[in-house]
Amino acid sequence: MDNFLQVQNNQRVARADIPDLPFEVFREALLSLAHQGGQVVQFFAYEDRGQNRLLAVMRTDKLYVTGCEVAETYLSLTADSTKFHLFEREIGEQYGIQAEGHPWWKMVRYHPNYAGGTDVFENDYQQEIPGNYPYFTVEGKTVHEVAVGPVHAGIIEPGHFRFQCLGERVFHLEIQLGYQHRGVERLFQTVSANRLPIIAETIAGDTTIGHSLCQSQAIESLAGLTVNKGAKVVRTIALELERIANHIGDLGALSLDVAFNPPAAYFGRIRGEYLNLTQILGGNRFGRGLVRPGGVTQILGEEQEQLISAKLAELTPEVEHVNDLIFSSPTVLARFDQTGTVSHADAEAIGLVGYAGRACGLSYDARVAFPTECYADLPRNKNERTDGDVCSRGTVRREEIRHSTQMINTLLPKRQEEPSVLPQEWQLAPDSFVVSINEAWRGEVSHCILTDAAGKIQRYKVKDPSFHNWTGLALSLRDEGISDFPLCNKSFNLSYCGFDL
Amino acid sequence: MLKVIKNRIEQGHRTSKYPKEPIQLYHRFRGMPKVVKDCPAELVGRCADACPQEAIDRKTRQIDLGRCVFCGLCETLSEGKFVHFSQDFEMGTSCREDLLTLGDLPALAEHSKKHFKKLFGRSLQLRQISAGGCNACEADTNVLNTPFFDLQRFGIQFVASPRHADGIHVTGPISKNMRAAVLSTFEAVPSPKVVIASGACSISGGPFYGSEDVVGDLNSLIPVDLYIPGCPPHPLTTLHALLNYFK
Ligand code: SF4
Ligand code: SF4
Repeated sequence: MDNFLQVQNNQRVARADIPDLPFEVFREALLSLAHQGGQVVQFFAYEDRGQNRLLAVMRTDKLYVTGCEVAETYLSLTADSTKFHLFEREIGEQYGIQAEGHPWWKMVRYHPNYAGGTDVFENDYQQEIPGNYPYFTVEGKTVHEVAVGPVHAGIIEPGHFRFQCLGERVFHLEIQLGYQHRGVERLFQTVSANRLPIIAETIAGDTTIGHSLCQSQAIESLAGLTVNKGAKVVRTIALELERIANHIGDLGALSLDVAFNPPAAYFGRIRGEYLNLTQILGGNRFGRGLVRPGGVTQILGEEQEQLISAKLAELTPEVEHVNDLIFSSPTVLARFDQTGTVSHADAEAIGLVGYAGRACGLSYDARVAFPTECYADLPRNKNERTDGDVCSRGTVRREEIRHSTQMINTLLPKRQEEPSVLPQEWQLAPDSFVVSINEAWRGEVSHCILTDAAGKIQRYKVKDPSFHNWTGLALSLRDEGISDFPLCNKSFNLSYCGFDL
Repeated sequence: MLKVIKNRIEQGHRTSKYPKEPIQLYHRFRGMPKVVKDCPAELVGRCADACPQEAIDRKTRQIDLGRCVFCGLCETLSEGKFVHFSQDFEMGTSCREDLLTLGDLPALAEHSKKHFKKLFGRSLQLRQISAGGCNACEADTNVLNTPFFDLQRFGIQFVASPRHADGIHVTGPISKNMRAAVLSTFEAVPSPKVVIASGACSISGGPFYGSEDVVGDLNSLIPVDLYIPGCPPHPLTTLHALLNYFK
């Protein structure tokens, strides 16, 4: 491990302490860690004094950071480990750096690179997306192609899906995103400090708390702000409420996708009840305006504690009953069982995170591995079913609803009426680096900040769990009926905007 | 089967009585901001400087609901002495200028175009286009289809095909990568058609204003008929706007 610096989650480190390896050594170090089960948390490029550099954060049960200088082209790591595949494409798109020998070299979000240099995908950005990219096709007399999107048949985000089918069987699904790209990372590097929390909250609206926690913790670490116990309780409760609301909404939608309507109607409404609890906490159904560097903007008073705990007591049995209705119905199980399976080995190879990973038997949960806020004092969850299919993803979510409810009930009485944070100015430490990780409802969210000699944000990197998991959805469709796409899709329910940034 | 019936009884009837009966939202909810007109200029200046959305005009003291994300910072900073947020969620307007406000809006019902009421008053089909936002606007629009709001009882429906629609409901700051799709979806809707901008993003770019990767204002692409402010608009804000504008 000589080639890495071991760091803690949210630990400020001096940039000078991060190893600066020759590229070949860097490459070997990352690959050998990946082959021993290590996963990529962050792997990105940045420009420093006219020179492109790479920085990687890997995790085992610990976190490791390392870096190197990189030329215009380098020998792709993906050829030896698929864990790096999307990261290398992103590096190519953002900084015009070519990964030589990359097996699937295509753009990620479709935008000109930051350096203004030649485009490594030979795109002309005057053309509409997907530009100069021929989709992967399967040829043969009875093979046909189904193209869907970017505008879908519902109130959902845009994305393009290409299915290569034989009859109803899907050989291959290719997913092209980028339609939601709005330049989040670049905004973080250019806007004034007061806009940072607003943009962080809107990286993925359904993960408002997850992303704003990452940003706040990263800033707190770099600016030396301390967060009081009361605020930590509020933050943890808010993150768990976000998890429950999303899981409930998705379980209802899964039920709808197999044409079992009553649970969909019930969970549709009940999801709203949980959003309203977040509104009681912070005045907004998605938790906007609640988490800020230094703490939270509202205290959890006696009134809020009582309202939330009474509502939870009312809702918990209802949720149990509706879940029981879904998971004991033979027609539902017939559709959930062994549909959209991702094997444990594939999940490991592409680095699935969150419930999608846990449903394949990858036990990683950032709340346990790298706990923030109140998580070190709370019990972990156990998963009963880990077959990698729709049923497993559904079951893991059902278990997590219970677990999160217990955590909130444990935390509510621990509330403290310490003053909430007022808007405060902060100064980030110069020449520093921090990586922040939280287990949001979909899985591992991570933000990295690199500051320059003046303490300005030089590079801000965001990773939503969807960045890992979209590949999982594509794999789950292999050899499935195309009519099972909605079901598989909902069981993952990935973020387009979180991926597209 | 027994479980289906038991759950049905437990769930009961949950549809809200709004708009026949008013709904009171929790007092922490940030709805229409109310400006205290005669507060010290220094306080207005401090709030205007701190506002992440540049939504406060220090001269007129108006708040631009098309830019505001209802973060509550100005209320906290001024301790309610310049701005305080009411729980009034009825905020739709038919003119962009009306969104610049001290806390009152013209009644939407009177402002709407008469022929839209005649055309779509009894049945309105909308095609939703999501174009570069954070998906919370979409989520809180989708919620209108749940039993609590039950939008369809008012004859309003979100449909899959633009060919079946009477208009478009757009969310997001129109990312450059969605510009063409927004325009072609709009073209596919038969005339006469309405255009609704929902959320700070589609009205002004929202949190993403100034980004090179977004258009930032739906009105600059297609003339907008109805504005629904918020980040995201509360489902009741959307419901109120649709009912008053079209009914
Ligand atoms: S609530 Fe609106 S006006 Fe007030 S600071 Fe936030 S964005 Fe600005
Ligand atoms: S207006 Fe706010 S809630 Fe709506 S899409 Fe934009 S950022 Fe998200």
